[in-house]
Amino acid sequence: MSNMNRRRFLKTGGAVLAASSLPLSLVEVAFGKSGPEDFSFAYLSDSHITQIKGKEFVRNWDRGLIRAVAETNLLDPKPDFVFYGGDIAQLGKPEEIDHGLEILSGLRYDKVHYVMGEHDYYLDLGEHWRKRLGPDHYSFDHKGVHFVVLNSILTFDDWTHKDWRSPMQRMKAMARLDNPKGSPFMVGEKQREWLKQDLGKVDKTTPVVVFSHSPIQKIYKGWNFWTDDAEQVQALLKPFKKVTVLYGHVHQIQYNQIGNISFNSAMATAWPWPYPVSFTQKASYLPKLTVAMNRADPFFERDATGWQFVNMTTGRVDVHYVLPDNENRVVAFDEKLGHPVDTRYQPLTKRIAPQTHY
Amino acid sequence: MPNRNKTRWYVPLCAATLCGALTLTGATADEFTQADLERWKTQYNIVVAKGENLFHGGLQNKNTVSCDQCHPNASNTHPETYPKFQQQLGRVAELWEMINWCIMNPLESQPLAADDAKMIALQAYIKQERRGVKLDPGRH
Repeated sequence: MSNMNRRRFLKTGGAVLAASSLPLSLVEVAFGKSGPEDFSFAYLSDSHITQIKGKEFVRNWDRGLIRAVAETNLLDPKPDFVFYGGDIAQLGKPEEIDHGLEILSGLRYDKVHYVMGEHDYYLDLGEHWRKRLGPDHYSFDHKGVHFVVLNSILTFDDWTHKDWRSPMQRMKAMARLDNPKGSPFMVGEKQREWLKQDLGKVDKTTPVVVFSHSPIQKIYKGWNFWTDDAEQVQALLKPFKKVTVLYGHVHQIQYNQIGNISFNSAMATAWPWPYPVSFTQKASYLPKLTVAMNRADPFFERDATGWQFVNMTTGRVDVHYVLPDNENRVVAFDEKLGHPVDTRYQPLTKRIAPQTHY
Repeated sequence: MPNRNKTRWYVPLCAATLCGALTLTGATADEFTQADLERWKTQYNIVVAKGENLFHGGLQNKNTVSCDQCHPNASNTHPETYPKFQQQLGRVAELWEMINWCIMNPLESQPLAADDAKMIALQAYIKQERRGVKLDPGRH
């Protein structure tokens, strides 16, 4: 999408959203509370920067991140900050994390928030990542919204600390998505206790946005489109009126609504993953709400990859998927229906053939 | 017609040779035992395992990108739909040609011959992961 198109897109989209959100703002004022301000942020994820040797890196994955950074810099109006959804690296090497961060340093933004991905973690258990980027779970407030960052890619200690030949053997075991000897992701008791304390200080009417790498919902365990203690994390989020979970890992468009919690995924800048339905040997649970992205055309290197910008309007999320070599998509929370919808393709009659995965 | 004479000699000779060979091995074309079935299945499984290994980084291509990075469990390869019109090539293509396309592009490596043991192993793994799905050649 050209810059001019994006500007037009943003302006038009913003106007429509402002108009539709007006009655809700009035209700909040009537209750004597000032609602959260509208703002936007950019959201990049899953670059999987891969070192071949020395200063040589896989060109394709580099190009994906370079393009996403360049386009994010062109956004107008400029978002307040950038989120990165995890998996900067492919095999967790310091060289890969450093090279990825060098590309990301091209972002002309004051603040970039990072989420830990399994590809960043399982070589040195996150040591280099934390050295460069700080803690892997924390919270902050921005314009009336409470943001929480979680490390959701932990697993059983027995698996992490079993008798591996080397840390790289462990990393490669987790990097293989379809590894039958893999281990499920989880937030873990320690972080859940922290989250409970953190959320205890937040007013229940404050919109909450949670960032994780894996979906805090259960879609397909075989590829870790899954968080093992998802229900326990969801229970902590239940008392809040407006909650959104934004996640990476799945390299595809997914969205869902479970009770009060909206879920939206991010595209990868590197490569797309198939929907679990296309692995016919096991059952999977893609949310019914999700209108799939188009099937990838491998002859276009960036097809079915992408990045996002997110508008936060009265505490709800509209995810704008920027999809090279493809039509952009918008998944926005629908106040009347009470869940996210694709603004163009949600009705069954509007679906198109390339969205069929088998 | 000199050719006919030649043929007449050739056929009995050939039949005699075949009979000899069959007698030596004790094989009868339309009979096989449970042990045969198990051996053949084992041979097949060995090739599938080899294919699984090649699919997950065993091709030793320089850029280290592997098939499973885009195709976990060989999904999104749709082996049951080949041969089919491949719009990007503008002609009907077979699965092995598309495997080579991936080897040459994202994997930045050299294509394999159609009858290369590695190519056969890759297809064995891909089809094993798709077992039970009905043939649907030509489907996009």
